[in-house]
Amino acid sequence: MRLGILFSGGKDSTLALHYAEEKEQVACLITLLSKNKESYMFHTPNIDITTLQAESLCLPQIAKTTAGEKEKELQDLEDAIAEAASKFKIEGVVTGAVESVYQAERVQRICSKLNLWCFNPLWKHDQKTLLEEILKRRFKAVISGVFAYPLDEKWLGKQIDAPLISKLVELQQKYGISPSGEGGEFETTVLDAPRFRKKIEVLDYAVEAKGNSGVFKITSARLVEK
Amino acid sequence: MILIVDMNCKKDSLGYFEFVVPIIEVIKNLSTWSVKHFLEVKKEDLARCDAVVLSGTPLKDTATLKQPERFQWLTETDKPVVGICAGMETIGMVFGMHLRPYLEIGMTPVKVVKENPFVTGDFRAYSLHSVCVEPMVDFEVWAESPNCIQIIKHKRKEIYGLLFHPEVRNQEILRRFIQEQETKK
Repeated sequence: MRLGILFSGGKDSTLALHYAEEKEQVACLITLLSKNKESYMFHTPNIDITTLQAESLCLPQIAKTTAGEKEKELQDLEDAIAEAASKFKIEGVVTGAVESVYQAERVQRICSKLNLWCFNPLWKHDQKTLLEEILKRRFKAVISGVFAYPLDEKWLGKQIDAPLISKLVELQQKYGISPSGEGGEFETTVLDAPRFRKKIEVLDYAVEAKGNSGVFKITSARLVEK
Repeated sequence: MILIVDMNCKKDSLGYFEFVVPIIEVIKNLSTWSVKHFLEVKKEDLARCDAVVLSGTPLKDTATLKQPERFQWLTETDKPVVGICAGMETIGMVFGMHLRPYLEIGMTPVKVVKENPFVTGDFRAYSLHSVCVEPMVDFEVWAESPNCIQIIKHKRKEIYGLLFHPEVRNQEILRRFIQEQETKK
């Protein structure tokens, strides 16, 4: 089955892509570039890096800009998926949704309307296990945004590794944050993964942070040999 | 041991991660479990288990509804069975219930219409189905949403159907079913 991946460039959609490729044929990436930093549906920091990721994955990408207004962005998503169906003949869509019923049900509705299959291969999986899976698969994923107490500027740009996972689990026990950032506590950007033909080298970045909210904005990057 | 029957159209499918793994996540600390694809369920598997959970499937996957012969064991088994979504629809089909197309996606209000050991009051459930079952003399209706029957139980057998997804929301319903089997040991 030919599938399109709803791809934000973060750890979840990248892991979903790897799962999908192990079972079916991935035909394209579908990315919504949201202008709204607080979008309910779409991961926002470093979304421009998905162009480099798509090149590294050797996959075509449908990239659409959305103003990110609550329900209008769903129409933009539907248009992007419909374009992927028409251009790349996809029969289904894959998301990296883990916990959000809000996101999952909206994508399910769009797929149902367009007569497409919808797959959520990370759905309701144990969050610590998912983090361990990205380590096991040797993803290089960095924290590209923090949006909740007690996360702050110090976390930005850090690579997800075993000590960082332990710290997140500790914060889950202490403050109830979701260890994989499912509640929007943090976002990630994947710089390397098994399916990447080349890895992403960050040449320059800017940190914009205030209190418990901040982003690690990659301002210049390139693909280099692994 | 709980036998989880993978109802996806093929074995080792992408749907396994979404419809079987979340069931394992709910029951893994309550009981031992094993997974079999519906095309591979054998009498020995049923003999070995304490109870059976039939998984759901992606919305477009209606493979089990086209193969009733694969589920005749449901009419013969004396093991407790709970069917989730496509699992409930398959139970309905095997026992001769009429299936009606009806699409529900997302959180759905559910009203308890008969006192039962699964739920005590009305609740909201996660729905993902394109078909629902019509009432039938051999089954009691325990709960319903405005447009579909949501929980059924066979009148003489321990066979239950949940149209919604308890592995997503209302996990305690699935836990109660598993815990009840554990207390019987």
